[in-house]
Amino acid sequence: MNLHEYQGKQLFAEYNIPVSKGKIIFSPEEVINACNEIGGTKWVVKTQVHAGGRGKSGGVELVDSPEMALEFSKKWLGKRLVTYQTDSKGQLVNSILIEECTEIKSELYLSAVVDRESQKIVFIGSSEGGVNIEDVAKNYPDKIIYQGVEYKDQNLVDQSINIANVLKLNDDQTKQFVPMIENLLRLFVENDLSLLEINPLVINDKGDLLCLDAKINIDSNALFRQPKINDMYDETQEDPQEAEAANNDLSYVSLDGNIGCMVNGAGLAMGTMDTIKYFGGNPANFLDVGGTATQERVTKAFKIILRDPDVKVVLVNIFGGIVRCDLIAEGVIAAIKDVDIKIPVIVRLEGNNAELGAEILLNSNIRIISINDLAEAAKKSVELAK
Amino acid sequence: MSILVNKDTRLLVQGFTGSQGTLHSEQSILYGTNIVGGVTPGKGGNTHLDKPVFNTVEEAVKEVEPNASIIFVPAKFCKNSIIEAAEANIKLIVCITEGIPTLDMLEVKKTVDELGVRLIGPNCPGVITPGEAKLGIMPGDIHLPGSIGIISRSGTLTYEAVKQTTDIGFGQSSCVGIGGDPIPGSSFVDILKLFEDDEKTEAIVMVGEIGGNAEETAAEYIRDNISKPVVSYIAGQTAPAGKRMGHAGAIIAGGKGTAKDKIEKLKKCGVHIADNLVSIGEKVSEVL
Repeated sequence: MNLHEYQGKQLFAEYNIPVSKGKIIFSPEEVINACNEIGGTKWVVKTQVHAGGRGKSGGVELVDSPEMALEFSKKWLGKRLVTYQTDSKGQLVNSILIEECTEIKSELYLSAVVDRESQKIVFIGSSEGGVNIEDVAKNYPDKIIYQGVEYKDQNLVDQSINIANVLKLNDDQTKQFVPMIENLLRLFVENDLSLLEINPLVINDKGDLLCLDAKINIDSNALFRQPKINDMYDETQEDPQEAEAANNDLSYVSLDGNIGCMVNGAGLAMGTMDTIKYFGGNPANFLDVGGTATQERVTKAFKIILRDPDVKVVLVNIFGGIVRCDLIAEGVIAAIKDVDIKIPVIVRLEGNNAELGAEILLNSNIRIISINDLAEAAKKSVELAK
Repeated sequence: MSILVNKDTRLLVQGFTGSQGTLHSEQSILYGTNIVGGVTPGKGGNTHLDKPVFNTVEEAVKEVEPNASIIFVPAKFCKNSIIEAAEANIKLIVCITEGIPTLDMLEVKKTVDELGVRLIGPNCPGVITPGEAKLGIMPGDIHLPGSIGIISRSGTLTYEAVKQTTDIGFGQSSCVGIGGDPIPGSSFVDILKLFEDDEKTEAIVMVGEIGGNAEETAAEYIRDNISKPVVSYIAGQTAPAGKRMGHAGAIIAGGKGTAKDKIEKLKKCGVHIADNLVSIGEKVSEVL
């Protein structure tokens, strides 16, 4: 789950991590007051969407009057912002973060992730901030440091100094940096983060460290113990079908093709998409209907897949494990009747009682194409989708 | 021979009396697995599926001497259950449960490594040695005792690989699902090592997917240490970047972990690539 920048910065503030003075607004009526409360003569106005690249797309501006901030809010609230990280529809702007303007002396980069290889939390720091870190890693590998920490560590002086050296911080800044790293680790662990990124971390005109951005991802598996974070979920930032699927405990990712896929198991779902592609077709989605593939789940899955108007055919690929294929076949038939599907449905059942399952499909009086061989089933869907 | 589990495995089931624990224990017993008891806190002293139930792993270890444990408890309790089994000196733990927080797994992994315990999973179908013992949720009847070792990050993809190697008559020595989480208890490399040393295993099928770099690490290990032929299939060639594809670990992040990179690396290291899901069995026939 992703947080908005303003939510991330609220967390930062709670952990004494330095952020700019700012206010979040949800309607134009709040703008003038917010600017006056923050004070000063210049403000940065930032659309809040779950995507990077806001600045280059007009979603962030520097304004020098509250009226300009008001104009900006009227222009964006309720509209969709398209950046290089969004799809062509863009992300809905529900709120705008107004912040005091910071004089920047230099831009740095700092992030933390759970590193799979070392099985530690790793801080990544670079003296090159404000740019894409993958590019820095490629072009200037010596300007990046990867510093592993134990998640239970409370004293991170040595590790912080290692990072501070690569960031070229002076003594005063390093003194600010050590508690900042310790607090960031505490924030990371106490809130079950999977990613934290500050790009840029800046040094301002007073020579102090300040976090100008905050990107935070939360481990979805840990939301049961993070009620406060759970309340920060913003469904408007998700693909509506993906959100509906998640609400029904199904894994769904929409894609550009026209062959709908319903599969049990994440790996097999990816494998099915690849097989469609291999035979010249294009999958419309990833969908893992889960290990049990009951009638109820299959019905929900069909409804979600069919909401995509591009879908011309649905390929159902179920490897019956403990659940027998004849039961799955009955569930699929009932679901197809329930949803009243008008486009061709190809069903491949394999595993426990697969032959009986195929026979039930054949005798079902509804239009199902039953093909036991996955390659043949994929080829048939490609042919029908053309 | 086989790896990890066999006729001598004495299995303890944690989360024994729950619906999943019950269903899969029944199936495992039918398959011939020697389940010696189960643990459900608060239900100690009862009998379930004709086996004794204990409140703690420690009690079970004292009474029925299990040498392996399988875990079906809900995700939020798994950290404690795994550590409990490890501290009770059970040397093989298989965790089926999906959805354990990643930070819990950092602690678990550290603990099992320090105690010298082998953890398989979480978020996996388990381990099976066909004809001997089934510790997991896989359908037993698609397996055939034989010569192919199978390792996979995905459950149903493992079944595909099993089915195909059964259909061509080779069968399997053992099959290990290492799971789809970012921090697995055992890696491809850990299991490759075991298959290399197993006399019965003649070839290895390694089923990977997008996300992380476990396949790349395995590729180098295979190049340097594995003498047996390895066939690999990687799922997720059509997966978009930045989206979690069901499994917590299956995500292309920051341009890293793509199927294309993994396949290239595996090829470079001498691994035979099955270029689509339906050709795994065919590829195995080619290399043996």
